[in-house]
Amino acid sequence: MSERLKPILSHRLFWPLAVLAVMVVANTIYRPGFLAVEVNNGHLYGTPIDILRLSAPLILVGLGMTLVIATGGIDLSVGSICAISGAIACLHISEASDQNSLVTVFTALAMALGAALVLGAWNGVLVSVIGIQPIIATLILMVAGRGLAQLVTEGQIITINSGPYRAIGLGHFLTLPLAIFIALGAALLVAALTRRTALGMIIESVGGNREASRLAGIRSSRMVFLVYVVSAACAAVAGFMMTANVSSADGNNAGLWVELDAILAVVIGGTSLAGGRFYLSGTIVGALIIQTLTTTVYAMNISPQTALLFKAVVVIAVCLIQAPAFRAKFGRRGRGTPPPAAPAQPRQKEEVTA
Amino acid sequence: MTTSSLTTGPSWARLPRRHVPVLVTLALLLVMYSIGVSQYRAFSNVQVIFNIFIDYGFLLVVAVGMTFVILTGGIDLSVGSVVAMTAMVSAWLLQSGLPALLVLVIALLIGPALGFLMGCAIHFFDIQPFIVTLAGMFFARGMCTFISSSSIPITDGFWTTMAQHRIGDPRGNFVSIGVLITLAVVLVAAYVLAYTRLGRNVYAIGGNPQSALLMGLPVARTRIAVYTISGLCSAIGGILLSFYTLSGAPLIAVGMELDVIAAVVIGGTVLTGGSGYVFGTVLGVLVLGVIQALITFDGSLNSWWTKIVIGGLLFAFILFQRLIGIRYK
Repeated sequence: MSERLKPILSHRLFWPLAVLAVMVVANTIYRPGFLAVEVNNGHLYGTPIDILRLSAPLILVGLGMTLVIATGGIDLSVGSICAISGAIACLHISEASDQNSLVTVFTALAMALGAALVLGAWNGVLVSVIGIQPIIATLILMVAGRGLAQLVTEGQIITINSGPYRAIGLGHFLTLPLAIFIALGAALLVAALTRRTALGMIIESVGGNREASRLAGIRSSRMVFLVYVVSAACAAVAGFMMTANVSSADGNNAGLWVELDAILAVVIGGTSLAGGRFYLSGTIVGALIIQTLTTTVYAMNISPQTALLFKAVVVIAVCLIQAPAFRAKFGRRGRGTPPPAAPAQPRQKEEVTA
Repeated sequence: MTTSSLTTGPSWARLPRRHVPVLVTLALLLVMYSIGVSQYRAFSNVQVIFNIFIDYGFLLVVAVGMTFVILTGGIDLSVGSVVAMTAMVSAWLLQSGLPALLVLVIALLIGPALGFLMGCAIHFFDIQPFIVTLAGMFFARGMCTFISSSSIPITDGFWTTMAQHRIGDPRGNFVSIGVLITLAVVLVAAYVLAYTRLGRNVYAIGGNPQSALLMGLPVARTRIAVYTISGLCSAIGGILLSFYTLSGAPLIAVGMELDVIAAVVIGGTVLTGGSGYVFGTVLGVLVLGVIQALITFDGSLNSWWTKIVIGGLLFAFILFQRLIGIRYK
C-alpha cells in the first residue's frame, strides 16, 4: 500500500503548489511589478506581502477547519463565529473610556475568545455527545450566529478607534505585518501539537473510523469535541483580524462566506472531505491560492462578485484533477463493494456512530 | 424505519414514525398561528396567510426542489445563486428586446442545465455534492455580476401583468398569479414523489444507495435527475422572484439556500435522506413565514430575531428527530 500511497501524497502537495506558481507567473507576466517588494518606513510593502497579510485570517480558519474535516466533520459556523467574536471585541472597546489602553483591548479579546470557545463547545456537544450530523449541527449556529452577531451590535456597524486593536490586522513586527506572524504562530502551534505528538494520528484515526478508535482506547468523543472548540478559537482570532483591518464590526458582513473559502482551501490542500487524513501545509497553500486569486482579480479591475466566477473555475479544476486519482485508487468496481466505495464511505462510518 | 405496527397501545400511538415530524411541524404551525391570532386582531385576516404565500412563493418552489435533493441524501447549495441568475438573465434579455415567451423558455432552461451538469459531476466523478454545488453557487453568482453589476428593471408588459394582476377581490383578499404557479409546482412535485417510479427511486437511493444499486434501480439517472429538478425549481423560483420584484439584481437571494435548507429540515425531511414529504416542506416554509409575520406584527423585535428563532427551531427539530429515533446515518 505504501508504494501506492506515495505518489498520491506527493501528487497532493504538488498540484496546489503548481497552481500557485502558475498564478504568480501569470500575474508577473500580466503586471511585471507584481513581485516587487519595497521598504517604506522600515516596513515591507508590495503585492506579495499584501497577499500574505490578507490570507492570514483564511489560514487561521483553514487550520481549524482542517482538523474538523480530518475527523470526518465540517464546521459551517466559522463565519458567524468570526462575526460574533469581532462584534464582542469591538463592542467592549467602543464602550471603554480609553480605547487605546492595552488592558481594555486584552479584556475585549479575552471576552470574545471566551464566547467563541463556548460556541465551539456548543458545536462540539451537538456533534460528539448528541450525535447530530456535523453539517446540520453547525448549520444551526451558522444561521443563528448571524442573528447573535447583530444582537451584539444591535444591528449597527460599531466603529472603534483603538491603536492596539488595529495592530492585530494592520500592525508590523520585524518589517512584516503582524497578522502574518499570528497566522504562522498558530500554524506552527497546531503543526507541533498534531505532528510532534500522537494527537494528529489520533485525530486521523477518529476520522477514519470513530467506533474502531474508541474500541482501540481513544476517547473519540472527546477528540471530536476538541476539534470544534479549536476551530471556533481559530475563527475568533480570524474575526479579530477581519474587524481590525477595517476598525469596525459589521454583524452582517464580517466573515461572510469565509467558511466556504476555508473548506475550499482545505480541499485544494488535498485533505479529503471524508476524513481520516489531513495536510496542514496543503491548507496553507490552498489559502494562499485563494487569496492570490482574489488579489489577481481585483488587480485586473474585475468586481469582487465576478471573482466568484474564477473561484468556481478553480474549484471545478481542482476537484477534477483530484477526482481521477480518487477513481483510479478505488476503481469503478468499487462502487458495489462497501468498504472502498467512495460515496458510501462517509455513510459507513457515521452509521456506526449513530 | 419499520413502523411500530406490532406495538400495542392506543391507536394514536400507532402512527407511522415517519409521519411524526410532519405532524409536529403542523402542530407548531397551528400553535404559532393561534398565538398570532390571540395577540393581534388583524392576524386572523386570511390575507395574512395569502401574503405569506405571495412573499414566500419563490422560496417554497425552491424548497420543493431541495426536498428532492435532500431525500437522496445530497445537498444543493447553488439554489440561491441560480434564483438570482435566472432573474438576472430574464431582466437582461427583456431589456435587450427579446419577446417575453422566448425569455421565459431560455430562463427556464439555464437552471436545469446547470443542475444537470452538477448532477453529472457528482455522480460520475464521485465529488461531494457539497463541493460541486458550492462551485455552482460561485459560478451562478459570478454570472449575475458578469451580466451587470447593478440591478436591471423589468418593464415588459407580460411581466408587469403577472406582477400586478390580483386574483380575488383586489381590495379585499387576493393572491398573485405566482401563488397559483407555486401551488401547481407543489402538487406536481408531491405527485411525482408519491406516485411515480422516479419518486420511489429517490426514496430508495436516500435510504441506502448501495441497496438501490443492487436492486437494479437507475441510481445514476435518478441522482442526476434530482439535481436537474432542483435546478428547474430554482429557475421557476427565479422567474417568480422577478415577477415579484420586477427587476433582476445581482445580490438578491444571497444566503437563501440556508433558509431553504432550514425550511426543508423544519418540514421533517431528514438530511441524510430517505424520509420526508413535500407537504412537510410546505409546512416548513409556512413556519418561516409565520415567524416573520409575528415579528413584523410585534414591531418591537428586530429583524435579526428571525435568524435566531429559525436557528433555535432548527436545533429543536433536529434534536426532536433524534429523540424519536430517526437514525442519522
